[in-house]
Amino acid sequence: MNQSLKLPSWSMWAIGFAAILFLIMCVITIRRNHGVKRSFFAMPYTLWMFIFTIVPIVLIGWYAFTDSATGTFTLNNFINFWDSNYTVNKMYEQMGPEYAVLITRGTVNIDILVYSLWMALGCTVICLLLGYPAALFMADKDIKLGSTIIVLFIIPMWMNFLLRTIAWMSLLEDQGLINSMLRFFGMDGVKLMYNDGAVLLGMVYNFLPFMVFPIYTTLNKMDGKLMEAAQDLGCNEIRTFLKVTLPLSLPGVISGITMVFMPSVTTFFISRILGGGHTMMFGDLIESMFLSANDWGVGSALSLVMMLLILISLGILRKADPEGEGGSIA
Amino acid sequence: MKKILSLVLVTMMLLAILPTAAFAEGSVTVYNWEEYISPDAIKMFEEETGITVNMTYFTTNEDMMVQVRNSSSSFDVVIPSDYCVERLAKEGLLEEINFDNVPNYENIGENFKAQYYDLDQKYTVPYMWGTVGICYNKTMVDEDITSWSILFDDKYKDNVFMLDSIRDSMGMALKYLGYSMNTRNPLEMNAAKELLIDQKLRGLVKAYQVDETKDKMVAGEAALALMWNGDAMYAIALNDDLAYAIPEEGSNIWIDTMIIPKGAKNKANAEAFINFMCRPDIAQMNYDEIWYSTPNDKAVELIGEEYIGNTTLNPTQEQIDNCEFFYDIEDNFLLAYNTMWTAIKSAK
Repeated sequence: MNQSLKLPSWSMWAIGFAAILFLIMCVITIRRNHGVKRSFFAMPYTLWMFIFTIVPIVLIGWYAFTDSATGTFTLNNFINFWDSNYTVNKMYEQMGPEYAVLITRGTVNIDILVYSLWMALGCTVICLLLGYPAALFMADKDIKLGSTIIVLFIIPMWMNFLLRTIAWMSLLEDQGLINSMLRFFGMDGVKLMYNDGAVLLGMVYNFLPFMVFPIYTTLNKMDGKLMEAAQDLGCNEIRTFLKVTLPLSLPGVISGITMVFMPSVTTFFISRILGGGHTMMFGDLIESMFLSANDWGVGSALSLVMMLLILISLGILRKADPEGEGGSIA
Repeated sequence: MKKILSLVLVTMMLLAILPTAAFAEGSVTVYNWEEYISPDAIKMFEEETGITVNMTYFTTNEDMMVQVRNSSSSFDVVIPSDYCVERLAKEGLLEEINFDNVPNYENIGENFKAQYYDLDQKYTVPYMWGTVGICYNKTMVDEDITSWSILFDDKYKDNVFMLDSIRDSMGMALKYLGYSMNTRNPLEMNAAKELLIDQKLRGLVKAYQVDETKDKMVAGEAALALMWNGDAMYAIALNDDLAYAIPEEGSNIWIDTMIIPKGAKNKANAEAFINFMCRPDIAQMNYDEIWYSTPNDKAVELIGEEYIGNTTLNPTQEQIDNCEFFYDIEDNFLLAYNTMWTAIKSAK
């Protein structure tokens, strides 16, 4: 298990070698061109990407397919994801049949993944329902307040999202602001914290801007003459919206959906703070694999599964919005 | 071309040497729990010795173990709990302390020396110690707390904070069932797991959390909480309605110790730091700051009755004898514990 916590012995050499190669390439490029080319300025960024994006992904892959005890290739980490009793089963084989009592339902990890996906889906739908009208409102040039609302949307984002989540806690708790006010007016307190609803609220609150802004951008870019033309041709307001505005804003909607859905699936702090740790999200599970269980192999395998899900949703986005009009990140 | 190549290589090598050379002189890197040391004590240490202290923090022993395994040489002093010291020693990650450089070690009470994790007194200097018990709100609980059973009593539905920490919560359940906290018996482990799942499904648990609990108890959010005595001290100081009890079934006792990890770059400075922390007045400052029990006998004398007469800080010998240290558990047990904890946390 110990070795699993160190970088593989060749990784430092690989990084060092790549860095030297990179520098040599830089020097050669400069000499060949007798001067500095514009692409040269992209190099620090390339190096950054390499060290902090490519190398970690390679390492995750390496851990996920390696047996942490022996260092050999294995698929056990993925079996462990599928059947969370895998370790207990192994103990049972090694240490005797009395350990069989520890075997429980083997699909805990899958349950957690499904729960996370449901929560993320719920969060995305709520964000869309709240976000689309907000974006419409903001983009409407006849409404003077629009730009003020944009600023009001952005200001909370200047604060760290952890702090904003903790602030919700003091609003929602039993002795918190909302319940104190209810009691002040002679009503009974309500249990607002430590349930799925609170987690969903925290997620919607944190991710709503990621839905509003892509939609706002596409709506804002839209040519107002198209709407006028539709109305000249006899469409009423509702038909104009359904036939012109909505289809044209779809790229923004799709971009918004991806940008909300992805961080929602991987959330891990909100469920702990507002959910009181009653339920685990997939992010919590990955964290516990690395920190409490000390099993980097399974943790990496779970991360790979996560990344696969994100890649699939990015693929769907690409299909639906091939030109990337919604200012998407794909 | 060759010239440039060699130039590049030389620069690379110089760059590699630079960081170690630049910070080797006059500093000590301390890896500690958050809010677990007096900032004034650190300032005094820096002024008196001229050594700069770099503090880095962890929130659980498990986080700390990961970091120390990854690069033990990036820290000079680490403050792990007893069972982690046992593990670190087993893995050969500890540096022997030269006790000639730590004369203040004599201030430490004999009770706390040569514990199971360091029988030969080579690696550790005790820093703080404490127990796990129940912090309760006297306005909501009107019975005496003598047993862990109160945490499983339906009267306190949605009124119990549990620790989001595998071994503390499992250990409590094991003790309640009359087993050892260090059991390897699968039937006993399973019974504890079932008990905790039952406690959750009956709706007793308000939340599983660690750092937030003490402030929530001060605010009167729940009647009962599984808590470390230091956190309870903090909470009691802010809210007179709170009290702390160690149930008669016994509980967990722990010692956090200062160790020097293998390959520490500033070993002499680390020893100076450890020695400084054992000075009675400094131990008292740390006690005043963080409210945990100190193993420093001279500091206890300095603090006086406030400490000696306080049962939260200073439990009776009988209570201590009832308590158990956590021992290190092997990796496959750790995985089994983690699987059980995942099952408890995701039970619906």
